Amino acid sequence: MAEAHPVGFQWVMEAKRRGAKVFHVDPRFTRTSALADTYLPIRAGTDIALLGGVVRYILENGLDFREYVLSYTNAATIVSEEFVDTEEGDGLFSGFNEETGAYDQTSWQYAGQEGNSGSMDTSAERDTAAGLRHESHGAPIPGQVLRDESLQHPRCVYQILKRHYARYTPEMVERVCGIPQEKFLELARAWTENSGRERTGALVYSVGWTQHSVGVQYIRTGAIIQTLLGNIGRPGGGVMALRGHASIQGSTDIPTLFNLLPGYLPMPHHAKHPTFDMWAESIHHPGQKGFWGNARAYCASLLKAYWGDAATPENDFCYGYMPRMTGDHGTYQQVLNMIEGKVKGYFLLGQNPAVGSAHGRAQRLGMANLDWLVVRDLFMIESATFWRNGPEVETGEIAPERCRTEVFFLPAASHVEKEGTFTQTQRMLQWREKAVEPPGDARSELWFFYHLGRKLREKLAGSDKPRDRALLDLAWDYPTQGPLAEPSAEAVLREINGFDVASGRPLGGFTEARADGSTAVGCWIYSGVYADGVNQAARRKSRHEQNWVAGEWGWAWPSNRRTLYNRASADPDGRPWSERKKYVWWDEEKGEWTGYDVPDFEKTKPPSYRPEPGTSGPAGIAGDDPFVMQADGKAWLYAPSGVVDGPLPTHYEPAESPVRNLLYRQQANPSRKVYPDAINSVNPSPPEDQWRIFPYVFTVSRLTEHHTAGGMSRMVRPLAELQPEMFVEVSPELAAEVGLTHLGWAHLVTGRAVIEAKVLVTDRLTPLRVEGRVIHQVWLPYHFGYEGLVTGDSANDLIGITLDPNVLIQESKVGTCDVRPGRRPTGPALRAMVEDYQRRAFMSPDRHAPVVTPPDPGASDAS
Amino acid sequence: MLPDPNSLAGPLDPAPEAGWSEAPPRMGFFTDTSVCIGCKACEVACKEWNDVPASGLDLLGMSYDNTGALTANSWRHVAFIEQPRPAGHRTPPFAGNPTDGTTSPSSAAVGATTANPVGTEPGVPPGSPEAAARMAAGPEFLGMPGAQPPGRATGPESRSDFRWLMMSDVCKHCTHAACLDVCPTGSLFRTEFGTVVVQEDICNGCGYCISACPYGVIDRRKDDGRAWKCTLCYDRIGVGKTPACAQACPTESIQYGPLEELRERAAARVATLHERGVPEARLYGHDPADGVGGDGAFFLLLDEPEVYGLPPDPVVTTRDLPKMWKRAGLAALAVAAAAVAAFVGGSS
Repeated sequence: MAEAHPVGFQWVMEAKRRGAKVFHVDPRFTRTSALADTYLPIRAGTDIALLGGVVRYILENGLDFREYVLSYTNAATIVSEEFVDTEEGDGLFSGFNEETGAYDQTSWQYAGQEGNSGSMDTSAERDTAAGLRHESHGAPIPGQVLRDESLQHPRCVYQILKRHYARYTPEMVERVCGIPQEKFLELARAWTENSGRERTGALVYSVGWTQHSVGVQYIRTGAIIQTLLGNIGRPGGGVMALRGHASIQGSTDIPTLFNLLPGYLPMPHHAKHPTFDMWAESIHHPGQKGFWGNARAYCASLLKAYWGDAATPENDFCYGYMPRMTGDHGTYQQVLNMIEGKVKGYFLLGQNPAVGSAHGRAQRLGMANLDWLVVRDLFMIESATFWRNGPEVETGEIAPERCRTEVFFLPAASHVEKEGTFTQTQRMLQWREKAVEPPGDARSELWFFYHLGRKLREKLAGSDKPRDRALLDLAWDYPTQGPLAEPSAEAVLREINGFDVASGRPLGGFTEARADGSTAVGCWIYSGVYADGVNQAARRKSRHEQNWVAGEWGWAWPSNRRTLYNRASADPDGRPWSERKKYVWWDEEKGEWTGYDVPDFEKTKPPSYRPEPGTSGPAGIAGDDPFVMQADGKAWLYAPSGVVDGPLPTHYEPAESPVRNLLYRQQANPSRKVYPDAINSVNPSPPEDQWRIFPYVFTVSRLTEHHTAGGMSRMVRPLAELQPEMFVEVSPELAAEVGLTHLGWAHLVTGRAVIEAKVLVTDRLTPLRVEGRVIHQVWLPYHFGYEGLVTGDSANDLIGITLDPNVLIQESKVGTCDVRPGRRPTGPALRAMVEDYQRRAFMSPDRHAPVVTPPDPGASDAS
Repeated sequence: MLPDPNSLAGPLDPAPEAGWSEAPPRMGFFTDTSVCIGCKACEVACKEWNDVPASGLDLLGMSYDNTGALTANSWRHVAFIEQPRPAGHRTPPFAGNPTDGTTSPSSAAVGATTANPVGTEPGVPPGSPEAAARMAAGPEFLGMPGAQPPGRATGPESRSDFRWLMMSDVCKHCTHAACLDVCPTGSLFRTEFGTVVVQEDICNGCGYCISACPYGVIDRRKDDGRAWKCTLCYDRIGVGKTPACAQACPTESIQYGPLEELRERAAARVATLHERGVPEARLYGHDPADGVGGDGAFFLLLDEPEVYGLPPDPVVTTRDLPKMWKRAGLAALAVAAAAVAAFVGGSS
């Protein structure tokens, strides 16, 4: 966190100053470790084994916050008898289809609900990363469930959880993660001792945690621990995601993703959502409890914002104009499509995939096969010059004079040269002013898209072709200002907030959205950010002039709540769990919820409220069910649906690992998204013996001094000089083993690429003992490329394309490689070296490691 | 006004002594290295605000320090020291891992041989491998890095303790500033805040200040030959703003304020750290009775000053000038007396 989020880390230091204990788990000793109380080196890609160990520690020692767990989670809920756990399935849950590599979730459901919910085939959901939509609300499940409040029923979630993690013992943590038992127990003790009525603990992760083939399940495991310990919805608790750059949260809220629309409404799928009604009902789920019963209003209001007067109830609000998904249109599938010539054009806006995305060579070869490419950036980045300066020019794979891609480079305005909002990880929108006009031809994204749309509409004006109607009917009338005709960002924010169509009055919140076309809302979860016609995101009231939650600084969705599910900060009767951790509570006298934050609960619903059986919508949520966006009002320790690779997190090895899975026969996540493409070779892992060709583990991350793919730091002298060269960090033990010298050169080889780097031999890296073997890990920064003041080979070139099945994020934080002293070959010899490794590792274009690990022949012989 | 008896050494409020009437309180920096996270925001903010030129694009291999030293082109410098030593009461980071001996001293020794010749004169020179190794190992280090490459050096059987010290160094703005004393043009002057600032428009590049500085801070630029160093953002503090580095510091490792207040705060911080089991916490440059009369920019360190590349007992280089002049005067008198005696004797 100190390394990648130094500004946010000030609050960790503040907590430390007040006596908080800080634990840091990381493969390498970083600037965060330097300030932590305890540092735990871990083998990259084994976090579920570590966290599963903590879950077991909590359950075996009865350290869960029992009242919280009983009332607020699904611990007591009874699961179908058809469910088979990975413990019995040797690493596979029930419902696995070997052909599709995906699960049928029927058997995961709650008892008695088997046919009613869950996906019969999660492979389609995987293709469209459908899990992402649950960021604003949980997956559907039927309301009425069987419970055993004594938690003794063998099929209740609590007992299933206990059995699932029974083998995740401290010994197992040590064997899998390389973390000595003493250290593990220190962590487990501190975490549990600092949770409960009087105390809370926070789990903070950076997005590197998500970049694994089991990334979503990492976070699920963390959430299970925090839920068991009562650390959700309470002050000082939570699971906090530190985003990779400004407004990453904003770019999923109002998404730059292929599968989502604003407010986590799913992008229509051509087969699943042929009509507006089917689209809206797929979100609303008629008959379900919870707060998404109003989905139809959000859907209609979004389309009304898009198409204005043209959108009417009679024409389904122009739903027919909406583009439709047909399958996987994720960034990696697109790149492979580019290589195959299926994609003609590409917009890159503040993104540098030639350096920043996994498998850099595939990215560059893909972009070299386009008709046109538009790059909008602050500097001439690698993704704009790959056709001229990329490493493939040297290897002869790209010939500048023959590269067909026409590249349009358009200078972009930086964040100080335009106004707008950033949404940070607490879902808080903060308005920023423009400090200076952008220089020269540089323009904001808002300017670019508004005027692009305007010009396209002008060119099409008068067209009678039906295909042009979607563009011509758009409500595209933002006021512009200043000499550059900059569209008003406040006018856009007002539309995002939503307004009453007849009067133009800004809505006060999403509860005012209507399904009859009388309201237009650009992003329903942001509704309220322009309440009363005031830019609430621009509020700057000092923290000294308000309570410590500081609700009048900026604006947070939903409805300016700073802590989600904060009803859980009070006990089932509505009283604070303790005076020390008082946050939101029921005021008996006034008959309403009150507290320091905006209560995340219906204001006047008393704790004693119990719905009539069968009640749907918000009224179906009881007065002691704090998790109002979940269909049962409970936090899910066990997820019967919504997560496509299993209802419980399970330790799988990374797709590339030098270690056999010690817990199950199944080596890696069986439902990970794979692309068995010729260019995407994956290094062998056990039980395949050729893993020995790539014996070392590498992991990549950031340095404080640089920013992501380096486009904003390698080009800027005061930053570039602070970390002026690509390097690899190795332990003294590995340096001795391989023959590396401090400040000498090394090159690293994977099945995709070979890159070189200067060597930093440092005590900050340590070998780990894993199952009696010594495992060496190396670390690389991923900031370097071939443009800028400081250049170097790109670490992401080493990485292959294997994705998490829930959200289609790449496994780019762990892989295997070989490490050799000296510089890499150049020219055609470079590819020859990679091909030699591929040959020795039996990696051929038509041979891909099995996704489902076959039974070990040795084991069956012995039995 | 009579000159203060301590005008060349000892405790003193320097601004009134320099002739400022109704001087504001003396302002300074307290840099608490125990909360430094090594982000180098101070280095960047300083360069941006003061328009300091580039200082070279070389990987120095001294942990994450690629700045090397305070120079004419680096007015803040964050030092990184990797040490195989325990940090306070912390659990040893590598306890139980299959490690061999430490490489920190050997790596530091190799790093010290790299130089950063760009920008300044004579630039950041290659350091001494022995000194670098000693720093990385801590003051008790007795051995020398061997000829073996890092990782193969003989040492303890296995390393488990480790700590990573970070410290943002800066001009000390001494109470008794030798640079100022020796400046022949009056380019260096004492401000009303008690800080020491170079007026670049009247610096003639003589370089006397460079040899006079007991900390090796002030330095000349290769291209223009003039001396440059931290101004404690004279242009900012004059209008009530915080210096750029302190403003940018995310963890309040760099604190700016009235020196008296900072000294109180620092003493309290040391006491807190001692209570929390960090007995190695100590202040550096806070004492008005030290060899420079106390620093306007002082530090909380977690090891001996030498480990951070700071002199353990700095003395203002002009302290002995009066004594030297006195001796020279006495010597001259003696010579004169001898000469007289010779004449007198000769005549007798």
